[in-house]
Amino acid sequence: MNILVCVSNVPDTTTKVKFSGTQLETEGVQWIVNPWDELAITRALELKESGAGVDKITIATVGLVGTETTIRKGLAMGADDAFRVDADPTDAFFTATQLAEVIKAGSYDLIMTGFESADYNGISVGGMLSEILGYPSVGAVSAVNIVDGKLQIDREIDGGKEVLSVQTPVVASVQKGIAIDPRIPAMRGIMMARRKPLTVMPAVEVEVYTEVVEIELPEAKSAVKMFDAEDIQGLVNALKNEANVI
Amino acid sequence: MSVLVYLENWDGKFKKVSFELLSYGKKIAEDMGVPMFALSLGKVDASELETLKTYGPEKIFVNDNGFDSLDNEMYASAISQAAEKEDATLVVFSQDNVGNALAGRVAVRLKAGLVSAVSAIPISYDPFIIKKKVYTNKVFGHVKVNTAKKILSLSKNTFEIIENAAAGVVEELALDHAEPKTKVESTDKVTGKLLLTDAELVVSAGRGMKGPENWGMIEELAETLGAATACSRPCSDEGWRPHTEHVGQTGKIIAPNLYIAIGISGAIQHIGGISNSKCIVAINKDPDAPIFEAADYGIVGDAFKVIPELNEALKNA
Ligand SMILES: Cc1cc2nc3c(=O)[nH]c(=O)nc-3n(C[C@H](O)[C@H](O)[C@H](O)COP(=O)(O)OP(=O)(O)OC[C@H]3O[C@@H](n4cnc5c(N)ncnc54)[C@H](O)[C@@H]3O)c2cc1C
Repeated sequence: MNILVCVSNVPDTTTKVKFSGTQLETEGVQWIVNPWDELAITRALELKESGAGVDKITIATVGLVGTETTIRKGLAMGADDAFRVDADPTDAFFTATQLAEVIKAGSYDLIMTGFESADYNGISVGGMLSEILGYPSVGAVSAVNIVDGKLQIDREIDGGKEVLSVQTPVVASVQKGIAIDPRIPAMRGIMMARRKPLTVMPAVEVEVYTEVVEIELPEAKSAVKMFDAEDIQGLVNALKNEANVI
Repeated sequence: MSVLVYLENWDGKFKKVSFELLSYGKKIAEDMGVPMFALSLGKVDASELETLKTYGPEKIFVNDNGFDSLDNEMYASAISQAAEKEDATLVVFSQDNVGNALAGRVAVRLKAGLVSAVSAIPISYDPFIIKKKVYTNKVFGHVKVNTAKKILSLSKNTFEIIENAAAGVVEELALDHAEPKTKVESTDKVTGKLLLTDAELVVSAGRGMKGPENWGMIEELAETLGAATACSRPCSDEGWRPHTEHVGQTGKIIAPNLYIAIGISGAIQHIGGISNSKCIVAINKDPDAPIFEAADYGIVGDAFKVIPELNEALKNA
């Protein structure tokens, strides 16, 4: 079984984002593997190491050359090879269309995407990708297992989960739970990652469906109102009569 | 032209979020001067369909032929067929597990631009521009949609429910479907428990609680309030609490009316998941904890002392 993980390159989650126009100011920004994608790679590695029948783990990213540091991190974690589509990912449909080209050029049984990307929070690449390819998809995936050579996917539902059997190839949009701690690359992995194949592909042309035309900063929050630890009643009164929430 | 609102059902029932979606769709439909239709797939009681009328659908399309459990490809195909038959220029989904799984697929089918997790009506219709939070709630982006057809997913608990009755004629809509490629083999769920994502009041606790054995007072407080319980990421990572309770950037993003954060420092990734709450209360022994910057009300104090007292005070409130 071959697994492809779609990886988005995002600013470190603690970044205080600044913009000039609609462009993120990238000076001083640390770039990371999108947190869910990192968990997806981790799970793929766990499956491969468990001997469940994973042959190869591939990473695919849509991004300019600067994203190769992030891709190398994924390879250092233990993925086998990588593809980069050489373009700035402008919206989810653009990104999904490019990823679909990578997938069509190869042979994968399981494709994993993070449930969202921590930059534009579009929550849609996985769904779009599966539809472009005509593959089945599962969202809100909280576990991926291989049982007797067959994929078994858990989907979170309100109050619990469903266990699904699926036809492959399949696209899974994964979230928290698929793995707990992301794999930290070891020195050996980092050394090996430099020699692993990273293929660059040109982007295909895509109609611009959506575009961000302006960035607006949220209003400053009003200051917190403090109550003394002895004045619990004061807090309760405020919740009741001022905030009207209880 | 029309606005089409896709309504999930939960074991044949609708929820508050269904009415919120209809209220939202209705407002947009009125602004656009077109009718709003609702679409429900799967088995739903007639009495449940009746409740929808109050929120303004001209027609309620139904089809329960084979739509017993969610297969994204099959459902997306059905919703797209309905949108085409009813000439929908805008399709509205709920931003939740099901809406997230379907919206992207339907967008590709209809060649429609999709904007996820919106919380207000468009800024303008021509050009179509709508605001959404980006960078996990750090800033807003104004997103312009260039396609003739458009798809939106609405964040929960962000739009006011408005009663605005319409005919609500229930009509069976013929929809084709192929054999699903995914199959639910088993289901494991608890019923009757208040879900975090539905809750209007949430009591949340962090590492300041020291260990899972101390959650009793958190649960009691939640019980008094009729609130759901939540936690910070380390608490679920450590297995103190179930993953379903983890809120924040990498967990659930929620927008309750009241969020009480107890022994939570307020890391930026945590705040990303709760900043849309209408009222945030922080209880922390460290006066410099960043949670107080996000909070509306705060108490500096020892949770082990404050929580039982707060519980008593609320019981008498
Ligand atoms: C990529 C990434 C994603 C992340 N995503 C999330 C996320 O989604 N959600 C999330 O929550 N975190 C997330 N984190 C982790 C986050 O950075 C913080 O580490 C985490 O939120 C801290 O949890 P905490 O506040 O419970 O614990 P701590 O930071 O340890 O804070 C405990 C707090 O309890 C207080 N306290 C201690 N004892 C008492 C007492 N007796 N009474 C009152 N107060 C007391 C302390 O003053 C302190 O403020 C993420 C981190 C990364 C790197």
